[in-house]
Amino acid sequence: MNGLTGAYVPGGSPLHRLPAGAKLAGLAACCTVLVLLRAPVSMAVAALVVGVLFAVSGVGVAAAWAQVRPVRWFAVALFAMQVVFADLPSAITSVSRVVLAVALAGLVTLTTRTEAMMAFLERCLSPARWVGLDPFRLSLLLSLTIRSVPVMADLATRVREAQRARGVEWSVRAFAVPLVVSALRHADALGEALSARGLDD
Amino acid sequence: MIELDDVRVRLGQREVLCGVTARLPERRIGVIGANGSGKSTLARLLNGLVLPTSGTVTVLGDDTRRHAARIRRRVGFLFTDPDAQIVMPTVAEDVAFSLRRHKLPREEVQRRVTDVLDRYGLAGHADHPAHQLSGGQKQLLALCSVLVLEPEILVMDEPTTLLDLRHSRLVADVLRELPQQVVVISHDLALLADFDRLLVMDEGRIVADAPPPAAIGHYRKLMS
Repeated sequence: MNGLTGAYVPGGSPLHRLPAGAKLAGLAACCTVLVLLRAPVSMAVAALVVGVLFAVSGVGVAAAWAQVRPVRWFAVALFAMQVVFADLPSAITSVSRVVLAVALAGLVTLTTRTEAMMAFLERCLSPARWVGLDPFRLSLLLSLTIRSVPVMADLATRVREAQRARGVEWSVRAFAVPLVVSALRHADALGEALSARGLDD
Repeated sequence: MIELDDVRVRLGQREVLCGVTARLPERRIGVIGANGSGKSTLARLLNGLVLPTSGTVTVLGDDTRRHAARIRRRVGFLFTDPDAQIVMPTVAEDVAFSLRRHKLPREEVQRRVTDVLDRYGLAGHADHPAHQLSGGQKQLLALCSVLVLEPEILVMDEPTTLLDLRHSRLVADVLRELPQQVVVISHDLALLADFDRLLVMDEGRIVADAPPPAAIGHYRKLMS
């Protein structure tokens, strides 16, 4: 679940100490460089650099693997397609590009507190005030999205268990209806809780 | 001080509260009653989450209909399900989130967060993902996120319903030590046994208003 939620891993590494804005700018620059790299050898160098960054961050192998694990099957499929329709060097380059970009994005979320990310986003979105949008609410959306991932996963697990208990585990309808109802109920309760915490003032 | 004067709440065709009048100056007040008796609506009236259809609710001198935002800053609210209250991914961030709109200096936020987590035994979990806490710890986190704002009144809607006995006792201990006025909606009669005053609700009305022994006796009779 860490990979999905991008949960912060506490630490005092230079990457942890970097401001959120600098890390996001660095991520954009690195992804641009990855797009420009063409040769498998340069991808190997890029992979080494990413490996060193993970080592410097001290987030651990499990957290690092959790970042790329969700794209493993996509990477395999992409590699197979590239081998069939292009050639082996292109397949290696394309797959490495995707995996390294995902790993770098994961590294940013693993070393950046959500509140630091929200504060940075709020600053970036401050011009939105001119068109009547509240930057705080926009950055809150990001946080709620991240927070909703484990909550939805938990709801889905509960619905699956209830399905199994009633022997209707293959019914899509029996899965979708209670899941949507639970999600809407959760959204209602969350809205009420945000109001209670004074966030609709 | 909380005052309700002939409060009626209508949700659609149904009258959920039917002319509730009460003056609540006591420090620890409990509300009990059957499911659907209007307890949760009464709780939501106290910090302006629900507004009366008619009548007035005055909390700390302010009418909830006119000053709901100001009242919400002074009245904390704890819900039954902590999952619905936790907004941020980690424990410390969620507590700090409550203070965001107060524009406090970073050091002050840090101090308050550390202090409240320490007080309620969550200091060791500060950087843990909130969704990985146990049910009891999540409820404590939700409580910390409310108490960090130092509310003058705390309203709790069935705070122990999802908790095991150990965590229910922990919440009861916390309640006993809180200096502010607390209003607790609960089916947990043991939790309310040493409160100053209990209101018994039935079909949208207060049908008994007495110290715990008498009120609980009335409630048991009502349920039998």
